Amino acid sequence: MSDNTNPTQPVQPEADQYSVEDVIDQTTDKSYSQGQLVLRRFLRHKAAMVALITLILIIILAFTSIGYGPIPGWWDKDYLTTSTVQNGGAPTLSLWPFQIGEHPFGQDTIGKDYFAMVMRGTQVSLFIAFTVGIIATFLGTAIGAIAGYYRGITESLLMRVTDLFIIIPALVLAAVFGRTFGSNVPMLAVMLGVISWTGLARLVRGEVLSLREREFVAAARAIGTPSPTIIRRHVLPNALGTIVVNATLLISSAILTETAISFLGFGVRAPDTSLGLLIQTYQNALTTRPWLFWWPGIFILGIALCVNFIGDGLRDAFDPRQSMD
Amino acid sequence: MFKYIAKRIGQSALILLLGSLLLYVLVINAGDPLEDLRESNDPNRENLIRQRSANMGLDLPWYVRYLTWLRGVGGCFVGRCDLGTSRDGQAVTGLVAQAAGATLRLVIIATIAAIVIGITLGIVSAVRQYSAFDYGVTLMAFVFFSLPVFWFAVLLKHYAAIQFNDWLPNGRISLPTILITAGILGLILAAALGGSWRRRLVTFAVMFVSVTGILFYMDQVEWLRRPAVGLPVYILAVIGLGILVIVMTSGFQNPRVRNAVGATALIAIIGYAVVRPTLMTERTDPETFSTANWILFGCLFAAVLLAILAGQLLGGFSRRQATSASVTTALFASVLAFTDLMLSHWSGYLAVMPRPIPTIAAETPNFYSTYWNHMIDTATHLILPTVALTAISIAAYTRYTRASMLDVLNQDYIRTARSKGIAERKVITRHALRNSLIPIATIVAFDFAGLIGGAVITETVFGWQGMGDLFRVGLNNVDPAPVMGFFLVTATAAVLMNLLADLVYAILDPRITG
Repeated sequence: MSDNTNPTQPVQPEADQYSVEDVIDQTTDKSYSQGQLVLRRFLRHKAAMVALITLILIIILAFTSIGYGPIPGWWDKDYLTTSTVQNGGAPTLSLWPFQIGEHPFGQDTIGKDYFAMVMRGTQVSLFIAFTVGIIATFLGTAIGAIAGYYRGITESLLMRVTDLFIIIPALVLAAVFGRTFGSNVPMLAVMLGVISWTGLARLVRGEVLSLREREFVAAARAIGTPSPTIIRRHVLPNALGTIVVNATLLISSAILTETAISFLGFGVRAPDTSLGLLIQTYQNALTTRPWLFWWPGIFILGIALCVNFIGDGLRDAFDPRQSMD
Repeated sequence: MFKYIAKRIGQSALILLLGSLLLYVLVINAGDPLEDLRESNDPNRENLIRQRSANMGLDLPWYVRYLTWLRGVGGCFVGRCDLGTSRDGQAVTGLVAQAAGATLRLVIIATIAAIVIGITLGIVSAVRQYSAFDYGVTLMAFVFFSLPVFWFAVLLKHYAAIQFNDWLPNGRISLPTILITAGILGLILAAALGGSWRRRLVTFAVMFVSVTGILFYMDQVEWLRRPAVGLPVYILAVIGLGILVIVMTSGFQNPRVRNAVGATALIAIIGYAVVRPTLMTERTDPETFSTANWILFGCLFAAVLLAILAGQLLGGFSRRQATSASVTTALFASVLAFTDLMLSHWSGYLAVMPRPIPTIAAETPNFYSTYWNHMIDTATHLILPTVALTAISIAAYTRYTRASMLDVLNQDYIRTARSKGIAERKVITRHALRNSLIPIATIVAFDFAGLIGGAVITETVFGWQGMGDLFRVGLNNVDPAPVMGFFLVTATAAVLMNLLADLVYAILDPRITG
């Protein structure tokens, strides 16, 4: 049977014991703030660190290679120019012997450089995902905190809106907005952000509901601290773990939503491109030109996986039940 | 309880109304419904534009259009449904009626499969926390969580359908394939069951030898082309199922549950032996298909009824547990019987359809064949979309179940149960499981909405003429009627699912009543 059934195992240290052990490192007698503790735990989470480094590398690769907007990148081709198809458009990238070649990810059917197209798709998907993440986190935190702290109308409104999202799937709303704003990527990102906040708002509300009954909030109220200040200074910092972890999950689900609606034809439109659009365009190319199908998929999977692992690392780091080692 | 349900239904109706208004307004503002006509060079263009404007009511204010639509829907309560007409003048009511069956079948089967598999994996990985199995399941959950469903679906289409179909007519299972498959399955089972190294080794060896034997046998008799199950295998399977259910619920010490489950298994075996010839008869006349459907439903109903009876009569003071255990047995025994019937007709189906796993459409068009061939045809069309949808959804269930199970396992009453000497199996199945399922019930409702979104995508990949198609084409044409038809069906299903989840919640947690 598993170890936790072993009766000889010492009882886990209780809450106050670990905090003493954690906060004061016994070898150096150095003490740590809550933020430092979280950071240390996060930095020691191997999977999350690997994911973080990979994600940063993907971001650097996507934005420096073909440049962004007016800023030129180090890759000499762009995602719009066509050229002659060489060798059936097969990728020239090979790991052994290592060479990048003329078209590392191959060329599409009309000779556009596929590396540049995938990089552009990654840029667009990342841009949308992070915009959605920021907007939805902001809205979700604000609405959740107000609903949980003041209760009343805001709260019932929030709960009804969440009910609404159970019956209209997020993807359906996203597709409707995509149909409306698809040719305008920043607008699409904002609209996706506006519909993605409900889950986080519910979680923050739940957290705030229990925090507002705590002694330190009562104390702050007793000395006359205005409610907005209490929310900002006392309540929200204690809900930071929930917010940060769910912000990362929002980003990974935004990547998948954006690619999904682009795949359905309601997201980003040609000539601009996104990873979902690339897969949709080349979904029947798997037998003839497999690279056109594999590369964008691997990038979506890679980005979403990295973000999810980072979220997992943050969850562990914010969890006070975790020990230092 | 009744008051509670009535209140919930009232709230849901209000939400549905609000949702329909919101979606209607958003859809009619999603673009220009005359776009294609404006760009066309047809000499008759002006006329066509006028015609479509009149047809769709484009000249009317939005609230008049919405209210007209709503009045048509309101007709459903007096038996005259009118969901409006699509851009091309087709009645949406008929389109929805055709599409709803396929989509709901897909989504409901995927939900059930995801719940069963996801919860099982989650529980095992929580019980074996920090084992190789736990890490493996966690990693797989992360991968599936991050997997774009359309990408996965296209891969499935290529590898699980096209290549399997190529292989099937005269493929052999090679020895290395057998050994590797057996090795992997053995490792998984050994990691899942755990225990000392000796026990793991024994588990691995038993699994390895049996899988090798089965695969070798299947290769020799060409089982995948001519599968034979028959009554003897069914009897063995039902006996195994009964033992599994007893072990999972009460253990063999409780004679009441044991007897109830045993009686149910016996009834299932005898009943199936009696009705099998009737069910096996080849029906070719499509007129009689619904009779066959009703016979199947009747058998299922009878099985459940008899199981309840067995549980109530033989259950004694553990009546409740005995009943639920025997109903579980009856349900799974019915599934086994159904599988047996399908497999018995498989080689006949292969003769008609040499490439059995289709990649497109919800059923073969213009397919005139026997009842069971139609059944298999529907099932094979369902396999890939269901696998795609389930795989994505399993990940979330696994993670949530694991977290909630770990939470429960760390509570005091579990320690008490262990310290008074209850076997670990019983601690988990009787004390921890039920409480760990409570939070899962709420997730089902949210997940169902996600699955409907996923169904839109999978239907696109697999070319189904389902609700997803209705939605996609309707939205593309800025045509509200089909989109709203999609909304009505999926939203009502979601509301019912939500209600069901709430009821399950109340059953699992007796503190919640009304």
